Amino acid sequence: MKNIITVNDLCLWYGNHQALHHIHMDIPKNSVTAFIGPSGCGKSTFLKTLNRMNDLIDDVKITGEVRYNNQDIFSPSVDVNMLRKEIGMVFQKPNPFPMSIYDNVAYGPRTHGIKNKVKLDEIVEKSLKDAAIWEEVKDRLHKSAMSLSGGQQQRLCIARALAVEPKVLLMDEPTSALDPISTAKIEELVTVLKEQYTIIIVTHNMQQAARISDQTAFFLLGELVELDSTKRLFSQPKEKRTEDYITGRFG
Amino acid sequence: MKMHQKVSKKRIGYVYVVRCLMIISTLLTCSLVIFLIGYVLVKGLPNITWELLSTKPSYITGKIGILPDILNTVYIIIATLCFVLPIGVGAAIYLSEYAKNKKIVAMIEYAAEILSGIPSIIFGLVGMLFFCQFLNMKTSLLAGALTLVIMNLPTIMRTTQESLKTVPQSDREGALGLGAGKWRMIRTVVLPSCIDGILTGCILSVGRILGESAALLFTAGFAHTIHGFLSGLMNSGSTLTVALYFYAKENGEFEIAFAIAAILMILTLIINVGVTLIQRYYKKRRTL
Repeated sequence: MKNIITVNDLCLWYGNHQALHHIHMDIPKNSVTAFIGPSGCGKSTFLKTLNRMNDLIDDVKITGEVRYNNQDIFSPSVDVNMLRKEIGMVFQKPNPFPMSIYDNVAYGPRTHGIKNKVKLDEIVEKSLKDAAIWEEVKDRLHKSAMSLSGGQQQRLCIARALAVEPKVLLMDEPTSALDPISTAKIEELVTVLKEQYTIIIVTHNMQQAARISDQTAFFLLGELVELDSTKRLFSQPKEKRTEDYITGRFG
Repeated sequence: MKMHQKVSKKRIGYVYVVRCLMIISTLLTCSLVIFLIGYVLVKGLPNITWELLSTKPSYITGKIGILPDILNTVYIIIATLCFVLPIGVGAAIYLSEYAKNKKIVAMIEYAAEILSGIPSIIFGLVGMLFFCQFLNMKTSLLAGALTLVIMNLPTIMRTTQESLKTVPQSDREGALGLGAGKWRMIRTVVLPSCIDGILTGCILSVGRILGESAALLFTAGFAHTIHGFLSGLMNSGSTLTVALYFYAKENGEFEIAFAIAAILMILTLIINVGVTLIQRYYKKRRTL
């Protein structure tokens, strides 16, 4: 399988505090990769490095290399906005814009220059269908997105991310604010979406990682302790620290 | 019951006196406001006639009309907002969204705070020396408007900044995460959420412009002639407050002065209600 993202010797500092230590990682195309680890272990930080959302924070220093489709994402010739179009993101808390459902989904395509009404309608419908929320909202596309439930909002955010046709979808604990049924819907969605997209998901829920991911990465104190196929990592971890964590001895 | 017996008579008396004093001061405040409004309205309202509102004053017939003053007030409000809105909102966006150097931001905010505390007559003096004389605008509504721009800049800036702060960071991240550039993010996601704050700032500024007289005495002049918008700006003209001062103090026309006062009072009331309504409307819309 071809790797879509390759990370080489990535280190990251917040001011003087080193948050990531020498990370190496390959992410194959059309797979689901789960990041697990205790709070503050750097998994979200690492995730946000992949589409350079960390640029927004002052005083961040990064060394090493992240290659997306064999191109260094930190190279000055890279257009950050295009990178984020290719590598979309779904956040921990559903964050729909205070606009209509339609405008939320159309925001990305409009940003990237699509004005044609027919085309936009198509994209909105397809994205909402892909995010498995079309049936619930098709009669009220022009109502405020804030009127949706939390789980619906999160699927709307996924639809919004899909609307710009990314290749990779980063998900930062997308179900941590949701009830079990909404969580199940999103998990099911992830397994469907991986046919078209590469998905990287941060989760606190190890069962979730075991259920939906192909490979799992275990982070601890800013280090990538172990990366392996999900089956192997959960059944026969190589590292003692991984075993301790997944058997619940700490974290 | 024992608890009550412990409290001494002296203490009960003390509490009683304090409570009475508080009630008295509350009553005093309320009655002052009511008296002031009532007095102005009772003395002013009967003098408001259609003729007063729709004519200009004439020395030949000896009649007084305040149409020029009303027009001048409208002109100066429009002109001031035209300048102060883009500058104030722009400065607020820069300070809140772009500026990286926290020290300079703090300094500018502090300067704005001081600016809003300076007595308006000083603005008038400076405006007269700078706009009227140095920039050679003469005594004109434009010079007055520009002086008011400086006075109202902090208001617009601060209210905009406050409302920028209420836009959740997650909205910004959401837009950037979709590949929107920073300016597009601000224009399409941040600013629409701030409309109410900006509107509130505007209305507060309008209130301030309506009530301003000291700064305008120096800069905008006293003329009571009717002009169009542009030629009005280039000429001397008195606003309602200045006219109020003029008719009361120079001419002793107290009926007219009270009529103007009543008009200003009603406008101020409308403005206050307007702010409340706008804030309520947007609050409702957001939680929808």
